[in-house]
Amino acid sequence: MDSSRTRIVLDDSDISRAIRRIAHEIVENAKGADELVLLGIPTRGVALAERIRSAISEIEGYSVPTGSLDITLYRDDLRLRPARALEPTSIPSEGIDDRIVILVDDVLFSGRTVRAALDALNDIGRPRAVRLAVLVDRGHRELPIRPDFVGKNLPTSVGEQVRVNLVESDGSDSVTIHEGDSA
Amino acid sequence: MKHLLSAADLDRDQAIMILDTAAELASLTDRSVKKLPTLRGRTVVNLFFEDSTRTRISFEVAAKRLSADVINFAAKGSSVSKGESLKDTALTLEAMGADAVVIRHNLSGAPHRLATAGWIGGSVVNAGDGTHEHPTQALLDAFTMRKHLRNGSGDLDGVRVGIVGDVLHSRVARSNVLLLRTLGAHVTLVAPPTLLPLGVETWPCDVSYDIDSVLPRLDAIMMLRVQGERMHDAYFPSALEYSRLYGLDSARMARLPEHAVILHPGPMNRGMEISADVADSPRSLMVEQVANGVSVRMAVLYLLLGGMKEND
Repeated sequence: MDSSRTRIVLDDSDISRAIRRIAHEIVENAKGADELVLLGIPTRGVALAERIRSAISEIEGYSVPTGSLDITLYRDDLRLRPARALEPTSIPSEGIDDRIVILVDDVLFSGRTVRAALDALNDIGRPRAVRLAVLVDRGHRELPIRPDFVGKNLPTSVGEQVRVNLVESDGSDSVTIHEGDSA
Repeated sequence: MKHLLSAADLDRDQAIMILDTAAELASLTDRSVKKLPTLRGRTVVNLFFEDSTRTRISFEVAAKRLSADVINFAAKGSSVSKGESLKDTALTLEAMGADAVVIRHNLSGAPHRLATAGWIGGSVVNAGDGTHEHPTQALLDAFTMRKHLRNGSGDLDGVRVGIVGDVLHSRVARSNVLLLRTLGAHVTLVAPPTLLPLGVETWPCDVSYDIDSVLPRLDAIMMLRVQGERMHDAYFPSALEYSRLYGLDSARMARLPEHAVILHPGPMNRGMEISADVADSPRSLMVEQVANGVSVRMAVLYLLLGGMKEND
């Protein structure tokens, strides 16, 4: 990647502050943590969900059931690309019925991933409410979907690439934006 | 990958991808809605020229759980000569818009012919052809072994598998030898010389005539059905002698290592290649093999049909 055209928009301390704030907002919105279930969308949403879980447990002293939700089989663009490998789905043993499910993803862009996640949730159970938490909202929605909890609103042009790096998958924490068409 | 005709079509990474995908799809069984929208609008034809219960139902359930439309085409009893009938049937299926054809045929090579003759544009999955291959059976066997012996991930490196019985008439044995070799397992075929195919010494496995010397070092043993319907000669003196020399009874089961598992592709001849008490023991995984078959076939259908249409 050409570094002159890449800039860092969030560093590691920005990310951890954003996650703490999101955790506070989630708890405030739900009036507590005991009805929550956190579901991360692979890959990076899973690590973010785990960090939010640990932040909520520092605030409330309660470990929210946390899992992952792979949406590959619900995508609307399956036929545009070769078949992809599946990522793990793990629904906490408490289930999602009558709970407040917080979907967690790294970047919100077209909204199609979230649409697929809502379909997937529908086949697993009936939550009381579904909320969406994202680290970065970069705009350009193609569906009527909006996030409830946002780490950073990032105005971008369609051609720019937003990349979230996390220690768990990439070795360090940062959000970068890269101009041009190729990542 | 467009077709699945032979276990040899798969390299190690592809085989592991199918097994990993099947492992994720297996969790569907625990859900209240056992259905995924992935293959909505696609048509899967089960084209069965030969009797089959579990394989046909397994493919049907797998396709339906992925929301594909399923057509069961029972071709048995056709009086047209074989070559012509396969071609005409294929052209009919193509006209009906089949995205995939799952074929079981009594003649070895029929799926290959169907896939390569240019009669149809969809994917072809071999569900057993003559005495040649049965790749999805090998995949579900590997899946079952991996789950019990390797905690359900990675390959089968170093696993020692014995395949015992009627290797000559078994498409399951050939597909298993090829796939297990790809996954790093070590296979020993055990059979009387009359039930081993010509050229077996070129297969990537060991051959033994003596089950008792092989038993103590196996991690998994697969008992093959003695296929009476394919036997037009005397291959062994009597059923009793066969079961004495090559059958798995409780005395032989006791000589297996404690962790070793027992597989059988079904349908079983109880009292012939496997005794009833062994078949019903908790170490026998036949029922689980059937359940895993659905997950593995879902994985194959998803990987063949779920993505972009591939050209040859």
